[in-house]
Amino acid sequence: MRVNLTVNGRPQQADDVWEGESLLYVLRERLGLPGSKNACEQGECGSCTVRLDGVPVCACLVAAGQAEGREVVTVEGLATGGDGTELSLVQQAFTDAGAVQCGFCTPGLLVAADELVRRNPDPSDADIREALSGNLCRCTGYEMILDAVRLAAARAGEAG
Amino acid sequence: MEFLRPGSWEEALAAKAEHPAAVPIAGGTDVMVEINFDRRRPEYLLDLNRIGDLYEWETVGDEVRLGASVPYTRIMEELRAELPGLALAAHTVGSPQIRNRAGVGGNLGAASPAGDSHPPLLAAGARVEAASVRGTRLIPAEEFYTGVKRNALAPDELIRAVRIARADGPQQFSKVGTRNAMVIAVCAFSLALHPRTRTVRTGIGSAAPTPVRARAAEDFLAAALDEGGCWETGRPLPPSAARRFAELAAGACNPIDDVRGTARYRRHAVAVMARRTLGWTWDAYRGGERGARCA
Repeated sequence: MRVNLTVNGRPQQADDVWEGESLLYVLRERLGLPGSKNACEQGECGSCTVRLDGVPVCACLVAAGQAEGREVVTVEGLATGGDGTELSLVQQAFTDAGAVQCGFCTPGLLVAADELVRRNPDPSDADIREALSGNLCRCTGYEMILDAVRLAAARAGEAG
Repeated sequence: MEFLRPGSWEEALAAKAEHPAAVPIAGGTDVMVEINFDRRRPEYLLDLNRIGDLYEWETVGDEVRLGASVPYTRIMEELRAELPGLALAAHTVGSPQIRNRAGVGGNLGAASPAGDSHPPLLAAGARVEAASVRGTRLIPAEEFYTGVKRNALAPDELIRAVRIARADGPQQFSKVGTRNAMVIAVCAFSLALHPRTRTVRTGIGSAAPTPVRARAAEDFLAAALDEGGCWETGRPLPPSAARRFAELAAGACNPIDDVRGTARYRRHAVAVMARRTLGWTWDAYRGGERGARCA
């Protein structure tokens, strides 16, 4: 089947989509957007987190056909500037705080953290832990990631 | 595989009548796992995402009619006062990403004994609104679960909503797992006090082939509260009554040993959760609710 959707602000069309296919597969294999990672395929790890009509979801658990006509934002859509070369607030904070080691969980964490900071400009540590509780990282021990989100939130506050 | 995409509830019922083997998919948090892991290859997927009615809740008299697909995130945020037990359970489901997609309809459809919404639905006395082209019927929660991952739905039926009495007293939910997020319950317990009818109801998850009520425990506690005049006086419960309630709750379990825990541990944990939730709810009744009413 054919699926039409908007990804990072651009209308996209995927053809020959199998009916049991996930949105994650469509993004990675059909639309050439491999930023969202494929790991557990059961919603446990959060590495495929994208925003579907604004809401963070695991792309591996959304059937491709359910994304018809919807708006998807992936990690590729976070960077700003005309050609997407300027890191977003959260991306810059992750690099500054050393929140990236192997990097596999990073895209999902960036999408989840970006949504948190937009929704709650002054998150408590409990808010941060809750917002990131669906994203697993096996390298960092999370401390640097928490630092990065605090940093992003503080910078967002300064920027007003 | 065919992807059916009804645009209205009537179309969905017609599609289910025409293709009874069609697997409904809403949040996808169960169904997609089975497809991703090649455990299931349904001939038809019946997408319910386009049916706005399923994403709404309304209050009808003393009842909340909760659309089958209202995500847990919204249950937590919007229904904490009306459905406190379910809202607490909703907060323990998966992760934010899962709670943004998953709802009570999927929990009921999957009918896993470990589903987090089952204990509070049992404790609140919920009824499942099952619909087909033949009409609508209301199935009490305790009659809905018929076996491990089996429910009382006919092949042509879909879950439209769940009707749950608005809380008339304190409700609690407790769940055992290895961490706070992303946990399938080792076991779970929910307790609802119903001061209006001077009854109590319980729900036990993941400690029997289906979610169950601990009826002997409920009857014992209701009698103990009545005899002691506790509903009127709000006096503290004697520890012996709490202990007996806990024993009877454990006695209602019929657990197995599996990767998440042993049967023995589950019985023990259910007793502990029964005693704790009784303490929390009774304290709330004595303090907040009765106090507010007296003042």
